Amino acid sequence: MIKIFPSEDPWIVLKKFTAARIALGRTGSSLTTEKILALNEAHAKARDSIYEPLDKIKLVEYFNEENRDVLELCSKTKDKKEFLLRPDWGKQLNDESRLKLNDNTPSSAFDICINISNGLSATAVNLYAIPLLKILFKKIDEAGLKIAPVCIVENGRVAVSDETGILLNSKLSIILIGERPGLTASDSMSAYLTYQPQIGNTDAQRNCVSNIREGGLSYDDAATEIFSLITFSMQKKLSGPLLKSAKSVSGNQ
Amino acid sequence: MYSSTIGHITFSFKDLKDLMAKATPFRSGDALAGVAAESYQERVAAQYALANLPLNRFLQELVIPYESDDVSRLIIDNHDKMAFSPISGFTVGALRDWLLSDDADHHSISALRKGLTPEMIAAVSKIMRNQDLMLVASKIQVVTRFRNTIGLKGRLSSRLQPNHPTDNFKGIAASIIDGLLYGNGDAVIGINPAKDDIQNTSGLLHMLDEMISRFSIPTQSSVLCHLTTSLELINKNAPVDLIFQSIGGTQKTNESFGIQLNMLQEAHLAGIELKRGTIGNNCMYFETGQGSSLSANAHEGVDQQTCEARAYAVARQFNPMLVNSVVGFIGPEYLYDGKQITRAALEDHFCGKMMGLPMGMDICYTNHAEADANDMDNLLVLMGAAGCNYIMGVPGTDDIMLNYQSTSFHDTLFIRKLLNLKPAPEFETWLFHNGWIDEKGTLIPPSSSHPLLNYLF
Repeated sequence: MIKIFPSEDPWIVLKKFTAARIALGRTGSSLTTEKILALNEAHAKARDSIYEPLDKIKLVEYFNEENRDVLELCSKTKDKKEFLLRPDWGKQLNDESRLKLNDNTPSSAFDICINISNGLSATAVNLYAIPLLKILFKKIDEAGLKIAPVCIVENGRVAVSDETGILLNSKLSIILIGERPGLTASDSMSAYLTYQPQIGNTDAQRNCVSNIREGGLSYDDAATEIFSLITFSMQKKLSGPLLKSAKSVSGNQ
Repeated sequence: MYSSTIGHITFSFKDLKDLMAKATPFRSGDALAGVAAESYQERVAAQYALANLPLNRFLQELVIPYESDDVSRLIIDNHDKMAFSPISGFTVGALRDWLLSDDADHHSISALRKGLTPEMIAAVSKIMRNQDLMLVASKIQVVTRFRNTIGLKGRLSSRLQPNHPTDNFKGIAASIIDGLLYGNGDAVIGINPAKDDIQNTSGLLHMLDEMISRFSIPTQSSVLCHLTTSLELINKNAPVDLIFQSIGGTQKTNESFGIQLNMLQEAHLAGIELKRGTIGNNCMYFETGQGSSLSANAHEGVDQQTCEARAYAVARQFNPMLVNSVVGFIGPEYLYDGKQITRAALEDHFCGKMMGLPMGMDICYTNHAEADANDMDNLLVLMGAAGCNYIMGVPGTDDIMLNYQSTSFHDTLFIRKLLNLKPAPEFETWLFHNGWIDEKGTLIPPSSSHPLLNYLF
């Protein structure tokens, strides 16, 4: 009878200090079948989260229930491959979407334009956008701020929220977007906030609340953080690192 | 104006940088920049024209003007005409033929080094097949020393990369212990800090210094913070071994990294002054990567591989201990899939070695690239065969701070076993004396009473 002796690492107890994949053990100097398949699984989840379709039907249903106007838009990229290859086009709306927005040009200004895009993880947005918005809408409504029609932007990058914000005449634009999936978390959603959206803005003009996911930042905490950024941004009339430092100063008072 | 005819069609190229870009094997970043050839035939036409170009031409026509770019000035001002003279009559194609000939060996290639500009080397790489890039690179050894010797023939080292999303010291130490017990960490123990401030980076440096001295590890440490942070750390007497900086191949790229060439000079001198290396004073660690110039909108119309080769001209001014390209980190808009990442890694390793750099490689990919672990396995074998100085060692391939996949501690063992490669000699002796490897280099399970296993308790 041939026997196999995969060796467990005698320092396995160190695992409690880090989420890194340490003390994996070995057979020879290679990973055991179990560990190889676990890596394959993590990669599979990450890959699928990128290519999973954005569940627009569920989103639209939800906004209808909430009696909120919603616009279904798309970036200039025609498919996922183009989205990956042309980050510049992911930041722009396609012509059809621009027409839709022009048809919806508001007579008066809005306070907040809310955008949702699959970005690099549709899984993240499919899972977390609605539960987060349920809490966030409540806070925004209570504060009496006016929300523009919600924009669902398929295959968008963060900066596409500048264009929608401008076309919907909003003081502030927020985008909920799926982040590049890692092996440890393939369902991480971020919210980027930009005061006075403008074409050509970079991430230096934005604030970000990241790692919104199960096992990361909870919806409740994320909504509280986003809403506090909104409040400060409206007060200080800015976003970006300056807002962050203004916020931390006032937080200490 | 350059031109070349394929069949009945004459293709023309408006200048040298256009010719270089169009001759480049296809990659997404050049298409994104709008500089790539538009057809296979246009590309091969450019390759013909490039192959026929005299090397002298690269001294007359610069891809970025001398007046407007300090990297161009560095390249031209340091060009050694004496070293160049034996091949001054060569074309790019002739250079390829000579490099592959049996007359070209480590010594004869190294003798030409100062006479070659990065653009000449980039040009020849563009008309080389993958096998050519490996064969020529494998002829060249670039050996560097600090507390151990990296780059000897038959050796392959690894950078132990114990990153942690919040720089938790115990979390980092746990990954270091794991890596050392898997025979990794001879190139450097190098942390990408989550926070680039003095207090945090200083704490990390002290922790590394303490571990290295407590266990007498024949290796060096690096915290991959910005160069200005390192200089400040040196002023505060923090134990800085290797000074890290990301560099690029154009002045504007380096400006986007917040550095100028004189700052690199200052840091290099400060590092030498510390005299922390016991057997050598190669004290700089540089990272590069195709696409960084385009990403910073600083490529000046030059293709990404030529920009990358120019970064090596910056690196070699400062006798670095380690240089590696982070080839697949940048994402699919620059290198789309496993094939493009593989090609770029072979080019970068070849060009780096030709320039005289101790070239390692971060064999890596992100999950939105069309690549997977099998692509990295393939590339790892190619890099091992080409004589790469070092690779990365990340626990289970998964960098939980930078969110990408590189090679693992197990991968280091795999490639050493497959190609019969050894760690750096001083490190190999240390592993052996600790009883963690046998005479053949095979891993032995460590005793659970060894102080390293109990370091965190």
